[in-house]
Amino acid sequence: MSVTNGAPAPLLRLEGVNTYYGQMHILQDVDLEVGEGELVCLLGGNASGKSTTLKTILGVVPPRSGKVVLAGEDVTRYSTAKRIERGLAIVPENRRLFGPMTVLENLELGAYLRPRADLKEDLERVYEIFPHVAARRKQLAGTLSGGEQQMVAMGRALMARPKLLLMDEPSMGLAPILVERSFEIIKQVHSAGVALLVVEQNANVSLSIADRGYVLSTGRVVLEGRASELIRHEELRKAYLGR
Amino acid sequence: MSEPSDSPRIGVDEWVASAEGRRERSLAGRAEALYERTPAAVKLLALVVPFAVFPQLVDSDYLMQVGVDTLVFVLLALGLNVAVGWVGLLDLGFVAFFGLGAYLYAAVASEYAGRSWDGMLAIPAIAISVAVAGFLVGLPSRRLVGDYLAIVTLFFLQLWLVVLINASFTRGPNGISDLYPLQLLGREVVSLEGYYYVALAFFVVIVSFLFLLNRSRTGRAWRALREDELAAELMTMPVNRLKLMAFAVGAGIAGVAGALYAPSQGAVFPANFDILVLITVYAMVVLGGAGSLLGVTVGAVLIMAVLETLRDPSDASWVFYGVVAIGLVALMRPRWLAPAVLAATVVFGMGVHELAERARPSLVEGTTVGTARIDELVDSWVLVPEGAVGPDGLPAGALARLAYLGLVASVLALTLVRDRWLRAGLMVPVLYLAACVWENVLLAQPAVARFVLIGALLVALMAFRPQGLLGRRRVEIV
Repeated sequence: MSVTNGAPAPLLRLEGVNTYYGQMHILQDVDLEVGEGELVCLLGGNASGKSTTLKTILGVVPPRSGKVVLAGEDVTRYSTAKRIERGLAIVPENRRLFGPMTVLENLELGAYLRPRADLKEDLERVYEIFPHVAARRKQLAGTLSGGEQQMVAMGRALMARPKLLLMDEPSMGLAPILVERSFEIIKQVHSAGVALLVVEQNANVSLSIADRGYVLSTGRVVLEGRASELIRHEELRKAYLGR
Repeated sequence: MSEPSDSPRIGVDEWVASAEGRRERSLAGRAEALYERTPAAVKLLALVVPFAVFPQLVDSDYLMQVGVDTLVFVLLALGLNVAVGWVGLLDLGFVAFFGLGAYLYAAVASEYAGRSWDGMLAIPAIAISVAVAGFLVGLPSRRLVGDYLAIVTLFFLQLWLVVLINASFTRGPNGISDLYPLQLLGREVVSLEGYYYVALAFFVVIVSFLFLLNRSRTGRAWRALREDELAAELMTMPVNRLKLMAFAVGAGIAGVAGALYAPSQGAVFPANFDILVLITVYAMVVLGGAGSLLGVTVGAVLIMAVLETLRDPSDASWVFYGVVAIGLVALMRPRWLAPAVLAATVVFGMGVHELAERARPSLVEGTTVGTARIDELVDSWVLVPEGAVGPDGLPAGALARLAYLGLVASVLALTLVRDRWLRAGLMVPVLYLAACVWENVLLAQPAVARFVLIGALLVALMAFRPQGLLGRRRVEIV
């Protein structure tokens, strides 16, 4: 285990998780931890099990064996909604915004469980991070560009004031300059005290801002450690960084 | 490098600031801008004022009854819009709640039941009971989506109809016909006009309630649910509870509609709450634009108006020929093509008529049942064989049926023709055939004809404007 004494208390822990799609064994004995306020990235190529890991954490696909522990509570048998109430939020792959609704409505829906009195404050906070979103709040989400949709999706997730934010491929479909910008935003969110688990293919950028990282291959964790060490790892560089 | 100052600069996108300037300056663009800018209260007023002056303009009981029925159907369309338009649940059992409301009225205010509750008590009680029934029907159905939900709710509707027709306490197909008139605070509603204004009052209350509901957190969550159920769940929305609420609210509104419909008719029969009613209400929602309150209201009024107009054969002909002509002009490009096709059809018809008269005079010796001026004109143009209409007023002879089948087949075949000019050419005999079928078959059967026409109207509209008259086109995220 990479977490030693002195590391932050684990907010999320997967213990020996095995997940199946029907008869197909996908995740094999996955152990994974995200500490309080930590930024962890989950790397891996296509079909390595990254998204399945997220689905297991969210409870969209329940594991056949193993445990999902959230803030000390075993949530393995909990529904997705119940897990989310305990401080999870997700920026889904492909963003999954509500297309025919305005940006403002999308954001407000992210705060569905939050007290109404906090709505204004939460909105201000999101607008502060994404001034661009504020300008577009009356526009239909489906008519935004890909990058703008990504910002709205992140804003919508932040509206729930999560303790742990899960992000599925935040760099997907963004212009290179926006990739950097969105990782700056991730850093900004992180520095506000939110723990993040970022699933990415873009190993270089994500490792440069993460505290720790895991590398998945064919459903197994093949490498884990501090981001600063992983970024120098020979095999990893060859496999994902292309140099 | 120099560029004009008003062209976009590299790296600066100014969509938002220039959005209004980008709207098309056509009539449609301006209408859209006006519609979007108009405050909701003004839209409501624009809806209510024509309704409110309607009784001043008509002096027949028949039209007044149509007015009451229209308002009842507007309420039904508004209720169905909750589940279908906002939440996207394909609820095919909806009309059962309408029937339940009407029969509950019979249960609390009829000689048969031996009770006569005041409307101020009966209507809220019925609304709540029917909403509870909607909740209960929703319970086993809430996890079903799409086709499965449609099948299960349709099953509930059939179950309900079977009970209505066979149970003794509902008096089976004979219905319950000794309902007391609606009482409000001890005063009986005696005239159709009275029922009309009561229904209008309920319309104002319900449409305002729905407007606020749509803007509330629940309304937003409903629409989010329709777009993406998984994403909604990931945003912690209680998906199942929201669906049940939608069922209950829609059912409650249908219950109110039933409780107003029953006393205005004075009786309740199972046949008033069957699948035909369901299809009509769906047509209203689809035509007007699912999801838009103003849209479904307009849709309901339009469908009712068309159905009533088509009841009278002499008005129906004007609708038929009018719709055909307008449809051609609206859909055919270039613009001169539609008038050319129509003119060619007239010439073609005269030729066919002339030939038929010489070869077999019996083919043109009949008379159509149509009485409108246009039918008299058409009589010497289309083929009306002798004895085409039997002594019972129904179309007789195999020729009529063959022509009808031939029309359906040739219209279907016409949609497969790709070449524009060939299609325009083939349209001439098909239009002539349509006129023959109209005069010989459909006019004699207005009950069938009106639904055939409504169907054609819907198909044409869906091709032209899939989101309905006032619906919003969905923006797909790809």
